[in-house]
Amino acid sequence: MAEFPEDLKYAESHEWARLEADGTVTVGITDHAQDALGDVVYVELPEVDAEVQAKEEAGVVESVKAASDIYAPVGGRILEVNTDLEDAPETVNESPYEKGWFFKIQPNDPEELNNLLDVEDYQKVCEAEDH
Amino acid sequence: MGLKTPLYDTHQTLGARLVDFSGWDMPVHYGSQLEEHHAVRQHAGVFDVSHMTVVDISGDQAGAFLNYLLANDARRLSNIGKALYTGMLNFEGGILDDLIVYRTEAGYRAVVNCGTREKDLNWMAEQAKAFECQIEEKPELSIVAIQGPEAIELTRSVVNETVQQVISELKPFNGLFAEDWFVARTGYTGEKGLEIILPADAAVGFWQQLLEVGVRPVGLGARDTLRLEAGMNLYGSDMDESVTPWQSNMATTVVLSEDRDFIGKQALIEQQQAGVPDQLVGLVMTSKGVLRSHYPVLCNGEPVGEITSGIFSPTLGHAVALARVKSTEGDMAVEIRGKAMPVSVVTPPFVRNGKQVYSL
Repeated sequence: MAEFPEDLKYAESHEWARLEADGTVTVGITDHAQDALGDVVYVELPEVDAEVQAKEEAGVVESVKAASDIYAPVGGRILEVNTDLEDAPETVNESPYEKGWFFKIQPNDPEELNNLLDVEDYQKVCEAEDH
Repeated sequence: MGLKTPLYDTHQTLGARLVDFSGWDMPVHYGSQLEEHHAVRQHAGVFDVSHMTVVDISGDQAGAFLNYLLANDARRLSNIGKALYTGMLNFEGGILDDLIVYRTEAGYRAVVNCGTREKDLNWMAEQAKAFECQIEEKPELSIVAIQGPEAIELTRSVVNETVQQVISELKPFNGLFAEDWFVARTGYTGEKGLEIILPADAAVGFWQQLLEVGVRPVGLGARDTLRLEAGMNLYGSDMDESVTPWQSNMATTVVLSEDRDFIGKQALIEQQQAGVPDQLVGLVMTSKGVLRSHYPVLCNGEPVGEITSGIFSPTLGHAVALARVKSTEGDMAVEIRGKAMPVSVVTPPFVRNGKQVYSL
């Protein structure tokens, strides 16, 4: 059974976004996504300080099965990327919501988070896909 | 809803992710394809390959029939127990399937691919009409493969004395009966191990016993990465009816001799004389990324072919692939999502005894 933390926002493209106390947004891929991908072997992260827009490609996750683009859930500047994933890409499978985070964004407009799905709507997206 | 082997419920209980494989519901992994791959290279893993097709050939002219049917020379099976890997060709020299044939007391036993079952059986029946022989499919049998450095020892620890005895006598690449089990020292991983053809009702019990002594269940995902590291072709990906053994890194499995005619012989000779248009080669990419089927291969920037099968190699930690290309005379690259990534050409296998074989 996939995990769906309640305190996150979700994109239909299976990224999650967490608004931190300092106003930054942490981004990763969901449990549903890592399960569908299978063992992750490479992660391509965006450049620190790069500017991204919501729904723009911001990286790639490559598994034994397929390569999948990662889309920025909100627009802003990339503050930090999770370099641990370079040596330990399997962290994405093992801990998709905690240690397996991809990057942190300084959002241009925090209101953009409201365009994302809450946990219930995201669960429906997953259910629709699985059938 | 596809066909199910006798181990289907067992796979479900083990938490397998099941996928359709040529109409069968088969386990692609039981949690981690990478871990299952490492388990086979380092210890022992067990595969359910009961979806494959077992065919027994008998009769006075069984040998003569196989001599004609197969590109490899069945006369090489000089004793009971010997096995042969070969292509089965059409009259154009195209590969209908690849298979292993064992010489048995009653004649011969062949194991052919699952996806080509109907085609193969129809073809064999048609070609056998000219010979005094019988062909019998054995759908009541299951196949369990145990592979890895500890595979033989762990299998011996759970089987009865008769099977133990046969295992002790078995030479590599041979197969013998042990009562109603057929035990072979063959495999599709590049590791030592056994492939056991047994009555379907014995499969579940045997599988459970193997798990109890620490053999790890392994799915088709790891089966693919293991066989590719070992340089073994996959029918349907690396070759099909549109290519000959010359184009498929299978030249050593063809025996051309004056005293034997076989289906496809003339076409193979003609292709050799005209010049073989392309070759199946191994590719290695050490930079980040995964090589996948159908990615274009470039030589000095020009397209010269494509990848037939590619993987992230768990043992090596980077991508390897098989590719069919017109030329390797120049700087080789693979186009991945629009970028030309440099690759090196190596002769397969990539891994032997758990270690990298090639040097770059």
